[in-house]
Amino acid sequence: MVVPAAGEEEELAILYDLIAGISGWIMPLFLLIVFGHAYLKRINVFETFVEGAEEAFHLVLRLMPYVVGIYVAVGIFRSSGALDLLASAFQPLLSRAGIPQEILPLFVIRPLSGPAALGLTADLIHRHGPDSFTGRLAATVDASTDTTLYILAVYFASVGIKRARYSLPVGLLADLMGFMASVYICHRVFG
Amino acid sequence: MNAVFACLVIGGLLMAVLSGRVTEVNQGILTAARSAADTLLGLLGIFTLWLGVARVAEKSGLLAAITRLLEPLVRRMFPSIPPGHPALGAILMNLSANLFGFGSAATPFGLKAMAELQKLNPRKEEASEAMCTFLAINTSGVTLFPATIVALRANAGAADPVDIVGTALFATSVSTCTALVADWWFRRRARRRN
Repeated sequence: MVVPAAGEEEELAILYDLIAGISGWIMPLFLLIVFGHAYLKRINVFETFVEGAEEAFHLVLRLMPYVVGIYVAVGIFRSSGALDLLASAFQPLLSRAGIPQEILPLFVIRPLSGPAALGLTADLIHRHGPDSFTGRLAATVDASTDTTLYILAVYFASVGIKRARYSLPVGLLADLMGFMASVYICHRVFG
Repeated sequence: MNAVFACLVIGGLLMAVLSGRVTEVNQGILTAARSAADTLLGLLGIFTLWLGVARVAEKSGLLAAITRLLEPLVRRMFPSIPPGHPALGAILMNLSANLFGFGSAATPFGLKAMAELQKLNPRKEEASEAMCTFLAINTSGVTLFPATIVALRANAGAADPVDIVGTALFATSVSTCTALVADWWFRRRARRRN
């Protein structure tokens, strides 16, 4: 992680403006390239689009039990006051690092389950607002890493690998650095 | 996941019993179940859009073109895979799908890549070096455009739903670089021990 020196502050501010500016162009440009390219290649764009889009309904149905399950589990944990108790224990450490305490469960769940983390992120965005610092940090954390334990389990099991060797420490270390980088950059850009 | 789920549910319910917050917990359960369904059904439209776009990119050959473009970069990461081996193609399709945030398209290609890598693996029950590198990149979550999260923010009424794309790109770069360096370091250590 780069810690900016005093003289680099202005340069970094321009860079972050640029990052925020590029963000807005990615979706329209990407769609233009995909559809423009397909049309020039004389693909039946609409038919192909519909064909792929059909899968979405089944995907959402498949995600439903995970999301409902974790929503309810987290709902119980939070409404009972257990989460507040846990968070208040970690609060001094987190606030020193500039991390809102509500984000702690997401750090724990992100490597375990993608749908669960998505549910938690949706819940944080819903509760704190999409443009709050917590909402944006949650979105950044969820978008920036993947579900380490789930991927290792499914991918290795699919070919009968029994010894994952150093894959787990590598994946978890990457997750940890991703979280720290998310906190750092969100403070710089949105803080 | 089982342990985490059990901790949340059992810990929460025990806490509710001890603190007497039964009304709050009842309400929490019902609200949570409903808002889970609301959120997912809210995502249905945007999921449909992106899966349709992904299929168009696949059929027009755009995905394959991106694959050809990225191949030199990936070949250096997997020196143990012979050039032109189908494993490289499957790895690239998976990484391309991940790069553009099409998680559900990434998994089929990823499993195909694992099957191809297993053919090259001399010890069938132990992860090969190439597998470890592949999964290091995969678990660190390389994504250029996190479509699901953007959809989620748009759905929640964000002023500018895509303003987290830049911060996510920074964080995912850090995480992926960490994964690659850690993978290289562990691989070197494992070789020395043998």
